[in-house]
Amino acid sequence: MSNNILFVVQRPPYKSENPKLAITHAMSCYTADIHIDEPVEPTLAYVGDGVLNCIRDQRSQDIYGLISTEQHIKVQLSGDMKILVCKEDIERLGIKEERLVDGKDLGAEAGLNVVPFKEILKEMEICDHLMFF
Amino acid sequence: MGTLTIGVFSSLIGSMNLDFAVKLAETAADKGHNVNLWLSGNATTAAKKGQKEYKDYSYLIKKISGLQKKGVQVAACEACSEARGIHAGEDIIEGITSIGMDWYVAKAAKSDRVLHIGVE
Repeated sequence: MSNNILFVVQRPPYKSENPKLAITHAMSCYTADIHIDEPVEPTLAYVGDGVLNCIRDQRSQDIYGLISTEQHIKVQLSGDMKILVCKEDIERLGIKEERLVDGKDLGAEAGLNVVPFKEILKEMEICDHLMFF
Repeated sequence: MGTLTIGVFSSLIGSMNLDFAVKLAETAADKGHNVNLWLSGNATTAAKKGQKEYKDYSYLIKKISGLQKKGVQVAACEACSEARGIHAGEDIIEGITSIGMDWYVAKAAKSDRVLHIGVE
């Protein structure tokens, strides 16, 4: 039996540590079995201004000297992490789906899942634990 | 009795979230629950040794030490602490474990309730 933790990100990248901590905490689920005898399955969902984390061609390494959130997302996509992006919020911000990060260059088979908010709500209902960043 | 895991990401000074989390942990432990307290992001500043007590600023060292006596497991995110120059072994209050984020998600997964205070 595995436990599912849903990480919901509502903050834009870089001016707050929280969005980065959301993805690093989600990544750490894959090593949680060091501490317990069950796997922990993460799902990541970007909503509100948090969808801005998912835009491709982030240059934070050049400008801020920081690993980009894009790089973290790509690595997780290549590891098959389920990552949801709120459809209504990308539309509200005028972001086309083709502007979103994909992990093809790292071998990811699936990209980000752009879904209506009601599907993210459904994930909130079925997850074992919810962490809101 | 149940298990409660509290994750807190807010700074010691500038927000009351951490004060609330510590108080809640204390109350739950007093009621006989198992409690885990995770300090991440700016909350790792609460784990720093050698803080001076002023009447105008939150000061939680005594309370956190009291939590440990009540059996609360307190852990601070190793990466978040190190990024702030708070080094395991030399800078962290005795009894607080400096450890990776997998500790928190593992404790959360096995808890009856999780209170995650993630937004500052």
